[in-house]
Formats: sequence, C-alpha cells, structure tokens
Amino acid sequence: MTIPIIDVVNFLILFPFIMAVIIGLLKQTSRLRSAVIMIGGFTIMAAAIYVAVSVIASGDTSQFVYLTETHLPDKFVIAGEIFLMCLVCFLSIKYKKYYAILFSLAGTIPVLWMDLTGRVVEGNTHIRIDTFAAVMYLIVGIVGILICIYASGYMKDYHNHHTDVQDRSNYFLALMFVFLGAMFGLISSDSLGWIYFFWEITSVCSFLMIGYTRTQEAVDNSFRALWMNLLGGCGFAAGLMICNMAFGISNLSQVTDMGEAALIVPATLFAFAALTKSAQFPFSRWLLGAMVAPTPSSALLHSATMVKIGVYMLIRLSPLMKGTLTGVMITVIGGFTFFAASLLAITVSDGKKVLAYSTISNLGLITACAGTGTQEGVWAAVMLVLFHAVSKSLLFQTVGDIENCMHSRDIEDMHGLIIKLPRLAFIMIIGICGMFMAPFGMLVSKWAALKSFVDSGSVWLVLFLVFGSGSTLFYWAKWLGKICTVIHQSFELEDITPRSELVSIFPLTSLIIIMCFAFPWMSGHMVQPILDEAYHANIPDVIGGSDVIIMMIMVAMVFMIPIGSRILSIGKNSKMTMSYVAGVNAGDDRHYIDSFGKERALYMSNWYMEEYFGEKKLLWPCIWVAAVLVAVMLIIVVGGAI
Amino acid sequence: MEINFIIKAVLYLILAPLIGGLLSGTDRLFAARMQGRQGPPIIQPFYDVNKLLHKQTTVVNSIQVLFVTGYLIMTVFTGCLFFAGGDMLLVFFALSMSEVLMVMAAFSTNGPYSIMGAQRELLQMMCYEPMTLLVAIGFYYAQGSFMVNDLVKASSPAILQIPGFFIGFVFILIIKLRKSPFDLSTSHHMHQEMVKGLTTDLSGSNLALVEIAEWYDTVLMMGIVGMFFITQSPISRIWAIIACVVVFFIETLIDNVFPRVKYITMLKVTWTVILVFAGTNLLILNVLK
Repeated sequence: MTIPIIDVVNFLILFPFIMAVIIGLLKQTSRLRSAVIMIGGFTIMAAAIYVAVSVIASGDTSQFVYLTETHLPDKFVIAGEIFLMCLVCFLSIKYKKYYAILFSLAGTIPVLWMDLTGRVVEGNTHIRIDTFAAVMYLIVGIVGILICIYASGYMKDYHNHHTDVQDRSNYFLALMFVFLGAMFGLISSDSLGWIYFFWEITSVCSFLMIGYTRTQEAVDNSFRALWMNLLGGCGFAAGLMICNMAFGISNLSQVTDMGEAALIVPATLFAFAALTKSAQFPFSRWLLGAMVAPTPSSALLHSATMVKIGVYMLIRLSPLMKGTLTGVMITVIGGFTFFAASLLAITVSDGKKVLAYSTISNLGLITACAGTGTQEGVWAAVMLVLFHAVSKSLLFQTVGDIENCMHSRDIEDMHGLIIKLPRLAFIMIIGICGMFMAPFGMLVSKWAALKSFVDSGSVWLVLFLVFGSGSTLFYWAKWLGKICTVIHQSFELEDITPRSELVSIFPLTSLIIIMCFAFPWMSGHMVQPILDEAYHANIPDVIGGSDVIIMMIMVAMVFMIPIGSRILSIGKNSKMTMSYVAGVNAGDDRHYIDSFGKERALYMSNWYMEEYFGEKKLLWPCIWVAAVLVAVMLIIVVGGAI
Repeated sequence: MEINFIIKAVLYLILAPLIGGLLSGTDRLFAARMQGRQGPPIIQPFYDVNKLLHKQTTVVNSIQVLFVTGYLIMTVFTGCLFFAGGDMLLVFFALSMSEVLMVMAAFSTNGPYSIMGAQRELLQMMCYEPMTLLVAIGFYYAQGSFMVNDLVKASSPAILQIPGFFIGFVFILIIKLRKSPFDLSTSHHMHQEMVKGLTTDLSGSNLALVEIAEWYDTVLMMGIVGMFFITQSPISRIWAIIACVVVFFIETLIDNVFPRVKYITMLKVTWTVILVFAGTNLLILNVLK
C-alpha cells in the first residue's frame, strides 16, 4: 500500500496547525504537553522523511500537481491574509507602532484586490514537490521538529529562571508549530499567491515570537523584524502582481523556466523580498534583535526556517539571475554581507550575538552563491543550506543549555567550559568545528563556492570570500579556544539539561558527523537532481573523486586522533606542572603574586578589537553601503523596465 | 598513479624533516653571520631536538599533548598532500586546520603567555589566510587546475602570470616562518615580553614535536614558492630551487633588519599588500581571460 505523496504533503501542511491548536488547549508545562509535542513532532518528522525519501528515490525530478478544486484553499488564503493584516493592525495600534500598519496594508490590500476582482491567472499548477522541496522538507522536518522538542523542555527551565516573564509557553510552542506548517506550505507551493500567504505567516509568526517576553526591548525588536519583513512582503506582492497582470503567470516554476528577459523585473522584486528574509545587509538588524526571545525561537529562525526561506527563494530564482544585473548585485550584496558580518562577529562576546552574525555571514555566502547563477554556485548554496541548518541549530541549543546551567551566555564566561560542563562543551566543539573546520561540511561547501566564484569570474566575490574566511576563522577559533581552556581545581557544574533537550541535541550532533561522511552521497542523490531540475541538464560532479577520498581520510583522522591518544595513553606519564606565570604563581594557575606581594586573580580575556571593527564603527556604514546597493538594483532593474 | 602518489608522500615524510632541519640551521647561521657572530653548526637544530626528546616532559594538562600530536600529524598530512600532487585548496584548508590545533594546545594551558600567544597566532592566521587561499586561486587562473600534479606540467612558469601573488605570498611567509616584524605569537628573539608565546607551556618531547612540525611546514612553504617557477622542463626545477634559496635568504634578512610591529600594523600592512598586489593581479588576469 502506498500513500499518495500529495496526501502526505497536505498532512504536513495542515497537521502542524492542528498541533498548534491542541497545544494551545493544553495545560501549561504539563507532562502531557511534552508527550503531545513529542508524538506529534515525530509524526511530522516521519511524514516529512517519507515524502522526501519517496521523492528522492522516485528519480522523477519534478512533480507538479494541478489542483482542480482550489476554491476552498483560495478562500482560506484570502481569509488568512485578511486575518494577518488585522492582527498586525491591532498590535501596531496597541503598541503605538503605527508605521507597521502602513507596510501591512501596502502589501496586502493590492493583492486582495487582485484576488477578489478575479484578475488572478487560473489554470496553473499549485503544488510542486521536487527534489529541492524534498531537501527542504528534510531540513524543516528534522531540524525544525527537533527544535520544537527541545523547546518543550527548554521553556520550563526558561520560566524557572525568568520569573518576571509571564508564562505563555503554550502560545510560544503553538507558534513554533504554526511556523513549521507555514514552512511546509511555502516549500510545497508553486502558486505565487500561496507562497505569498505563507511568506506573510512566517513574517508575522517571527514577529510574535520575538515579542514573547513583552519587555520594551522585545517589543521594539519585534516591530523592527515586522516592518523589515513586511517591506520585503510588499516587494513580493509587487512581483506577484506584475507576474499575474503583466505576464499572465501565476506560479514560480514558470517564472524561472520561461526564460523571458522581461521576467527579471518580478524576479528582482522576489530577490529583494528574499534579502529581507535572509537578513542580508541592510536588513540585518532584525535578526540581531531577534535574540531577545527565548533560545528555541532563535534556533528556529536561524537554522531551519525563517532565514532559509530567503535563500530558498534565491536558489529557485538562481538560473534566471545568471549573467543579469540583478544577479551581479545580489552576489555583491551577499559577498559584502559575508565579509562585513564576519568582521562584526569578531567584536561581540555575547554567544548568541556571535551566532547571529555568523548566520548573517553564512547566509551572505549562500546568497552570493545563488546570485552567480552557475551550477556550481547552486550546488554550493544547497550544501551550505543543509550544513548550516544542522550546525547552527545545534549551536543555538547548546548555548541555550549553557545559559540555563551557568546563567550566562557570554563567551567570556565559557572559559574552561570543557571542565565545567564537559558534555555540553564537547557538543559545542563539534558544532563549532562543523561551522569552519576543514573536513566538516561547511568548509567543503565553501570550497565549492570558491570554485564557482572563480569560474564565473567574480573577482570581487573571490576577494570578499578569502578575506571573510580569515575573519571567520578568527572568531570561531577564539571561541573554541575559550571552551578548550583547562582550568585546574575547577569544579564541574551541575548539568541540568533535561532529557527532552538531549533528545534533540544528540541526533543533531550525530547528524553533523554523519553528514561529514555522507556528503558525497548527498551530493549525488540530493543536490545533483536539484541542478538537473533547475538547469534541465546533467552536470559533472562538482568535487572530484580523489578529493573525496582525501576528505574522507581527513575526517577519519579527526576522529581517530582523540580515540588513538586515549588508547595509547599519550601524555599520561608526563609530569604535571602549573602553567608558566613568570615564576609568580600563587599555588594554582589562576592567581599570581603581584609586585606588592599580594595575591591577585589572573584572567585571560579574548581579543575583540572593538576599536577597529566594533559595531559602533562598522554596523551603520555597512548598512548604508548595502542600502545603496539594493536601491541601485531596484532603481535600475525595476525602474528601468517602467 | 596511486603508487606514485604514495611514493611521493613517503619521500616527503622522510626527507622533509632533514631538509627542514637543515634550513632552520642555515637560517641561524645566516642570522649569526649577519650579526657578525660565528653562529652554531648547521646541524644544531637536530642536536636541539634530540636533546628535547631526551628530556623529561612536563605538561600542564593531558589535552595539550593531544593537540600537539594532532598538530604534527595534520601538518605532515598537509605536506604529503601537496608533494604527492593533491588539490591546492585542500592543502590550505588542511593547513589552517593544523594551525588551529596548535592554537588550541596553547589555549588549553590557561597560562597568560600561552593564551596571549594563541590569540596573536589566530590574528596572524587571519592576516595570511586570504593570501594562502588566493595563491591556490592564482594558480587556478594561471594553469586552469587546483591539482599540484597538473600544475607541475605547466608549459610556462606561473610567475609570469601571477607575479603579484608571488609578492604577496613571499610577504606573508614572513608571518608563516615567524620572522621578525611579524613574529607576534612566538618571539624567536630572546628576552621579549611574550616569553615564548604560543609554546611557553610546552616542554621536552612536546616542544620537539612542534619543532619537527615546523620543519615540515617550512619545507611545504618552500615547495609552494617553488611551484611558481616549475614547468614541465626539468631545468625549471633548478630555477625553483634557486628561487627558494633567494626567498629564504630574504626572509632571514628581513628578520634581522626590522623590529617587531604592533598587531594592528601587521593586519593593515598584510591586508593592504595582499589587496594591492594579489588583488590587482587577479583583476588583470580576469580582464585578460
């Protein structure tokens, strides 16, 4: 018996919404709630994996579905859009942030007008389930669901520590499921109208999640996220209307496949919307502000959902952007963001903020890859999306746990973490290594990105990438060093990470390691078909055979060295001593005797170079530069067409 | 092909420490003569390492040993990959990984001098990382391949097309070989505030491992210098060796002439040099292509 894929997809889209309602009805922080989330979550995960595997195994690279009976869903979409608009208006008035209303109305009303007056083009496919969608199902279904499961345990601890925040964790968890439902909907949709609807749901959802604590800071940041994303939504709406009314196209696959030069105008508008969603400069500030919310929401926004929508869109548009001004501008903005955000990441010590900058920076790289429009670029972009989702969600979850254990998420306080919280420290080391070290996935993708930039002759991008690699290495390695510092006579802290969080953390950790070994397979079975779909052509393997073997040797070595040293007991026979403090140690390696004979504490801080790359100095100029780039792109491409 | 690969790797494995040690001895001899001293015999580094290996090793913690061993293994692996004819980009990625392991060894000690050295070493990596990647890209532009095996079969030396990259690379070699204006992380010259920076808390056989790893590293760097001159004709090998000798001599000279600079000067100067020479070269190549 086989279940038709389309039914499972419907289930994937609708079931998270039902889950959200169920969770909303349950008692706060009850054991039942955890059980429901666990069972419901794993059901969704299983369904997502089922769809993904059957699509990937079928070899049928593009399955379009034309729904004849779309009356009900269409009504539903219209009702939903009106609801979202009213919700935004209501909250904007409540918090006196009236500008958000403007963006909401500007995006929604014209689309509604077009829908209601029957100007929408009918008769096109609505749903597309191809390999790229399958890959995204895997990301959302596995990483997203694991984050939800993590959240069910985390929120309890969170409210134990933050007694000043009203416990609305049911609402928060329900929102997370709504988010996932919208993600599944967005990935599956081919109809631009539907994509727009799900797009707006994610904008509003992230706004609600960021504002969870209702402090002044949270409200300000959530409205910043809202207006930036709604601005992107306006761009999307404009693109949607142009497609429908000027070109008679109502779905995304036609936009990318028609090959008509004039279609670059809506594509540019979609790309603009994607830039806001993926928090590229100049729109990065919303993602930085998003960290006021509880950690699971950051993990969700940064890894599996929100920011990935933007790059998903760009990768879809990639073939169209090849060799156009839009493509060039998108690559430049992406490359610039990669470099600038990695410099900014050097200067901050808040763990979540470093992660936020690193997300922005990596998304910049993905954006740049997609913007080149070459096949290697798309290959690298998809790989980066995969590896980034897993590593980043793991890192956020670990930082969240460390915060629960130590009441701080500052990197300076993680000094000697390997002694204080060994289990979390090891997981974190794997996560960080996954982000920048040699045999791990991210670097493989970066390598392919470099090749694609060189091949497409984008010199500026090559320069951005090589300099950005330098600073990326710096900020990750110093964090890694902080964790690896061994302090003597330090005590292990109590690891209060609940089991429900480990249910999420362990699979993610193993995923990073498995993906190191599995990337040739992933390349062959998951990424190559995407390229075939996008370019309707077979392309040779991006990374050659002998390189793969060497990479595998390296991966094996990385894991063999620690194991081997344990077996051979290297260094166990050596004499132990204290670290060198110019002969003035005061009994341990954390105090020394100063020139007055007094004992003083010794502490080594990391290097932040704030006076050179600090946020105060660099953030606004970067935003302005990028804003000019975006404006130039819009004026020349869109304005030029009018 | 496979056999060739292994033979070359094994040759490097055996010969590199000999050459590296001799280079290190020559360096000390050069330096001594420049300062008007007699200097140690050329095989002094071997005596030193031998002595270190026979000393009692004291450690600050046991992780340290793990990292240092990893550093040596990864460095050797990197060199093998290069001399056996592997992918240039992969070589540089593996290289930065081995460096990170060394930095972690210093971080793990929790000693002030070690950690200061480690931070500075990271900064140095940030300075030269762009250039090492660019070298690989430069060769790709010049000869159309990242594989060292293909690059040595070039019809004309790469230096003709990528002189800017060569200048940039020689410049960052000052950092890589720990020479004076930029030897921020381990002061090779005595009596400085850093003590020995990165390697302060290493002793005995651990320190010997680091020394040996640096020999391997030096040979690798010289190999890359040689790559700029090598073509398919055998006579080019001689040019490559001459180039290595000249570059090595220049590095020692620079070491003895310039006093150490502040870190920010290093960052600004190296990135500017890279951008001006390698960046311009890249732009020109791209236009000509």
